[in-house]
Amino acid sequence: MASLLTKNERQLALGISILLALVGLAMAGAGDDRAYAAHGILIMVFGVGTAFLTISGYHAPEPPEGRLAQYYDDPSKVGIVLAMGWAVFGMFIGDWVAWLLAYPEMTFDAAWSSFGRLRPVHTTGVIFGFGGNALIATSFHVMQRTSRARMPDQLSPWFVLLGYNLFCILAVSGYFMGLTQSKEYAEPEWYADIWLVIVWVTYLVLYLRTLARRQEPHIYVANWYYLAFILVVAVLHIVNNLAMPISLTQAKSYSAFAGVQDAMTQWWYGHNAVAFFLTAGFLGMLYYYLPKRAGRPIYSYRMSILGFWGITFFYMWAGSHHLHYTALPQWVQTLGMTFSVMLLVPSWLAAANALLTLNGAWHKVRDDATLRFMMVAALFYGLSTFEGSFMAIRPVNSLSHYTDWTVGHVHAGALGWVALITFGSIYAVVPWLWKRQGMYSAKLVEAHFWLALVGTLIYVFAMWNSGIIQGLMWRTYNESGTLAYSFIDSLIAMHPYYVARAIGGLFFLIGAVIGSYNIWMTVRATREDSREPIADRPVPAVARDRALQSGE
Amino acid sequence: MSVGERDPHTGHAMTGHEWNGIKELNTPVPKPVWFFLTATVLFSVVYWVLMPAWPLGVTYTKGLLGIDQRTRVAGDLEKAAMKRATWTGKIEDMDLSTIQADAPLMQIVREAGPALFGDNCAVCHGTDARGGKGYPNLTDTAWLWGGDPETVAETIRVGINASHDETRVSQMPALGRDQILDRNAVLNVVSYVQSLSDSALATGGQADAVAAGKEVFADNCAACHGEDGRGSIDMGAPNLTDGFWIYGGDRQSVFSTVWGGRQGTMPAWESRLTLVDRKILTLYLLDLGSVRQ
Repeated sequence: MASLLTKNERQLALGISILLALVGLAMAGAGDDRAYAAHGILIMVFGVGTAFLTISGYHAPEPPEGRLAQYYDDPSKVGIVLAMGWAVFGMFIGDWVAWLLAYPEMTFDAAWSSFGRLRPVHTTGVIFGFGGNALIATSFHVMQRTSRARMPDQLSPWFVLLGYNLFCILAVSGYFMGLTQSKEYAEPEWYADIWLVIVWVTYLVLYLRTLARRQEPHIYVANWYYLAFILVVAVLHIVNNLAMPISLTQAKSYSAFAGVQDAMTQWWYGHNAVAFFLTAGFLGMLYYYLPKRAGRPIYSYRMSILGFWGITFFYMWAGSHHLHYTALPQWVQTLGMTFSVMLLVPSWLAAANALLTLNGAWHKVRDDATLRFMMVAALFYGLSTFEGSFMAIRPVNSLSHYTDWTVGHVHAGALGWVALITFGSIYAVVPWLWKRQGMYSAKLVEAHFWLALVGTLIYVFAMWNSGIIQGLMWRTYNESGTLAYSFIDSLIAMHPYYVARAIGGLFFLIGAVIGSYNIWMTVRATREDSREPIADRPVPAVARDRALQSGE
Repeated sequence: MSVGERDPHTGHAMTGHEWNGIKELNTPVPKPVWFFLTATVLFSVVYWVLMPAWPLGVTYTKGLLGIDQRTRVAGDLEKAAMKRATWTGKIEDMDLSTIQADAPLMQIVREAGPALFGDNCAVCHGTDARGGKGYPNLTDTAWLWGGDPETVAETIRVGINASHDETRVSQMPALGRDQILDRNAVLNVVSYVQSLSDSALATGGQADAVAAGKEVFADNCAACHGEDGRGSIDMGAPNLTDGFWIYGGDRQSVFSTVWGGRQGTMPAWESRLTLVDRKILTLYLLDLGSVRQ
């Protein structure tokens, strides 16, 4: 791997690795609490590891000039493998948490396996580990193809990918040790947050530099979405994580915000994480892999434009619908609700644009499970955006809020939309990246599709039922005007649905394991497809000139 | 590809853009999209006019309907209280024993009791109020501090070993651990205590231990539990002869209790529940006990 870097890049990589290892050493040495010191050791080991990787190819000759006539796909390949690893891990923890809710003794009397710690391990594992790696890997692939330009250098994609995974590992290992700043989906403490800022800004710069080198007159829709994802996530992450550490040698920090301002900042972040991480990023994926796999043109350029600006503009206002009927001033709730209602139109526009793109390719949807993954993902995108706008209406929210309906809604989006579009895109891109004729087994892709679909449906239907029953039980009164049910009554009523949910999750997990196996076997297969498509190359002459200027 | 090219399948015009084989149609945005966009924007504008909506520096637009969620929820609470007032006044004013004789009021107690108990008491005493190890069964005949309505209500009000100023206080000393008794004496007194509810022990193989334990008991335990071991509701000392056990009646459990002592806690509810709620809980429990027996 390191032998493919230029000599300058190797020096820089070694320097960064050593610096990282030293920072880790300092944290381990000076740390006042054990978890912080443990993280120091983890960072140090990571830095030493990347240093050794660099040294292993340090004295190799300069990589051949010919590389500049090809796209740089190694980071995408590693990213996809990492994404599948995180998927299996995050979904395993998720299903464990699901069984834990049905059978509380499954926490086995250990602190690290209590619900409060496992739950963020699950959410971070699937959203950031699985989703984030898939987004980084596919964005590298898509931005080069749609710009017809190779990435400007070979070090920054590795820095982004590996640095991002270091962040995920710090986050997850921190939760197990009890480290959290108690902000949902932004749990990691200050040092991990600062590290992510460095990584993310590098990502943004890398993306912009590649786009600047493009050999196409226009910037493709997928890139608008990927860029919105990178840019806005940077803004969200920085603002929501503004905090003062109690000491440079301790993990604990205090947020810059307090009270209802803190809640509002958190849900502005939280909802836009849904919008720009889980929606915009994956729409970028959809807009490239779906038309590519279907072999059809995008149905409407105009719908792409209207959808993009509608989604990015309206989403920014919607976060306060997470705080209906709270101490948040009512006018903020009004804005959150009304913008959520308007948001439905551009959301459906994007879903419709994807489905109408399949006009003329429906026979492929029938025969090709990979394309079917993407088609069903677009349907679930439409379903969950409708549900989201509906639940943002205040009177509806008074029933649905704090119930499992919210959990069901999130998973309709996370399983049905995010995971299905990711699996579809990965099944499409893996044979292209590794230059294979196709996946190792089309039957296993088909099996994965049905497991994922059935699992999602069981999950979502179980949570719709349990959420609505819960909401109704909490607001049912006796003749005399007293509550008809205690909280624990509603919990007992949830039990069968919790078991059903855990079974649905198990289906989904098994599907992900099968998918990982299939991908691994495809990667290991030796039958190379030597007929590399001619179109899958950057513009060679220009790429060489520019690369010489920037990286070397 | 040239501008003006058409997609053979749909007949729509193309934009002339192409990226890595992906082309685009220049299909106009369908009419219903504009309709729904206009409709949702109109809905929002109307909603903004009617409801609190836009910030204006230090204030905000209040909305033509003049609705404010704080006054609304206060009003709703008042309405709910009014609805309940038909019977809450009676429960507040009447004696517990008088309420027990009032069938319609007891019907309300039976309706309201389970949710109150489930949300506040079931965590320790169990959803069925039968308790568990360390938490007394509230449906049997054994009451640590007395089982008449007024006393039960008082226990709920002030708690046991709680933070309330008037809380009931009770402690079983750690007779073994604090070296008040040696190990042998503890073992003997355990045999004696068990014999109080299991007379077969006094004549069996443990007869000597029981006899020795009796003396230990008289010197160390009788002050609280009474000469006959029947306990004292004034001190919250349990009756040891009735076969009901809070921490278990097997030899190991009784030994642990005598050796290490006990000091159970029940929170005081005066500041957490209203008088009406506490009275409902009292009546609900006593009713539950009388039904179960």
